[in-house]
Amino acid sequence: MNTLREIGQLAEHYDIAIVGAGPAGLSAAARAAELGLSVLLADENPAPGGQIYRAITTTPVADRSVLGEDYWKGGALVTRLERTSAAYAPGCTVWSVAPDEAGGFELGLSLGGQARLVGAGQVILATGAQERPFPIPGWTLPGVMTAGAAQIALKSSGLVPSGRTVIAGCGPLLYLLAGQLAAAGANIVAVLDTTPRRNWLSALASLPDFLRSPYLAKGLKLMAAARRELAFRTGVTALAAEGSGKVTGVKVTRGGATETIPCDALLLHQGVIPGINLSNAAGCAQHFDTVQHCWTPTVDDWFASSIPGIAIAGDGAGIGGAESAALRGEIAALDAARRLGRISEAERNEKAAPTRAELARSLRGRRFLDLLYRPAPQFLAPPADETIVCRCEEVTAGQIRDTASRLGVTGPNQMKAFLRCGMGPCQGRLCGPTVVELIAQVRGVSPAETGYYRLRPPVKPVTLAELAALPPTESAVKAVVR
Amino acid sequence: MFRPMHELKAADALAFTFDGRALTARAGDTVAAALLANGVQACRQTPVSGADRGPYCMMGVCFECLVVIDGVGNRQGCLVPLREGMRIETQAGRRQPDSVRA
Repeated sequence: MNTLREIGQLAEHYDIAIVGAGPAGLSAAARAAELGLSVLLADENPAPGGQIYRAITTTPVADRSVLGEDYWKGGALVTRLERTSAAYAPGCTVWSVAPDEAGGFELGLSLGGQARLVGAGQVILATGAQERPFPIPGWTLPGVMTAGAAQIALKSSGLVPSGRTVIAGCGPLLYLLAGQLAAAGANIVAVLDTTPRRNWLSALASLPDFLRSPYLAKGLKLMAAARRELAFRTGVTALAAEGSGKVTGVKVTRGGATETIPCDALLLHQGVIPGINLSNAAGCAQHFDTVQHCWTPTVDDWFASSIPGIAIAGDGAGIGGAESAALRGEIAALDAARRLGRISEAERNEKAAPTRAELARSLRGRRFLDLLYRPAPQFLAPPADETIVCRCEEVTAGQIRDTASRLGVTGPNQMKAFLRCGMGPCQGRLCGPTVVELIAQVRGVSPAETGYYRLRPPVKPVTLAELAALPPTESAVKAVVR
Repeated sequence: MFRPMHELKAADALAFTFDGRALTARAGDTVAAALLANGVQACRQTPVSGADRGPYCMMGVCFECLVVIDGVGNRQGCLVPLREGMRIETQAGRRQPDSVRA
């Protein structure tokens, strides 16, 4: 592996460019390099691993039991890549992917405050997942963070919340984090579980598959430990963060009764959804997945998107977890090699067969988890009007509902024009799903019918100076010089 | 709000300032993590209402940890590794016309 620290070290062109160095990106890069392709693996973070294996090569957490054995599995993915000739660029942001004149792609990248345009024959987006927005009153107060954020602080910096900590929401990661933080010595005063009880009914049909899944033993262990050791409260139907200037408590409603739990940190989690900003901006088709309840890029059996030459591997194309992400990366890389003419279709199929079998096993039981931990409607579309939905532009649920009903706004793109929601620096990452949900609710239609933001590059901020310093292409010069 | 699990060794410590205050943090921390480790909760004010905000996602998604680093504004603190001598400042709300250099 050749680690690139400066933008000038990047080549003009690679056979394949992979965005994101989590499990999917690491595996895709390793497999592609092993097949003899020239590979660029660009990743925004300072070290490989993505979020699930965050800081796997640099973590200061020495006691292996704190983060658990599953975390340490990530080391093997990095070791495998290190043995290849792939180019790996940490701290490198990909802000655009667009078709070039030669039938390949042109990627816009920034590294160390300088931008470059780099060519690639094939592209694999392995941008992973983000936590589903969890809009409750007061969620913008300092001291309120996502559960994933606390986990990142723990993995990459060995930091533990220092005061009274409350963890709230639902999903497997919630129990995992509660266990990890407790093992690291955090003072967890309550775990507030918002899993709707009626979810058990819809999830029950998928139970037989779950019982044969790799999740089962792991999940039961996590759950049992969390319930045994922590102040676990189920059936939570409403939450609000309280405080002035910073969080000082959380108001909890369960069984019709409301109480306030004083706290210094509130960690929220409502499952994860694909990070779709780059694929959406590149023009890849997406659909609303009704089981996982989120917008998901549409891919085929080889994880190819609707744009020939762009594949989407890992949780960025539907949530499947770390193990499945790595396998999906392998399969996408094999298909990229086939598209480049380096291996035949028969070779591709033969090499992919054992990986496919593993993939099927790793995804078994997923549906049960998706249905069981599906967020309650009141956490998808906040009922309290004062709840901020767009954190960047400070647009509330009440404003969005009012604009949808009085002005007849039919979709999130029109809503932007009226309220500026989704137009701040996060580019809709923290408000998009909620804005869709609120409009759908007011109009009495599904999120699928409501649509999603049409995103455009650059998907991450890039300075004018960086853009101005880009060398002009021949066609760009011809366009203005006569 | 956060504390390190392990005591900071002098060999691993980097010195930096936040709004002029001299602080130290572990080499390998991001700017956002270094601020959290020093008890800094709010690192910016919003341009709309001026409300205090602090790091929320720590993974480059939410843009709540925006700070000014060595004079360059709107940097995502959670993506920038801390360096010795860094001058970090609060990203203070909306820019006023008289604060922009001619």
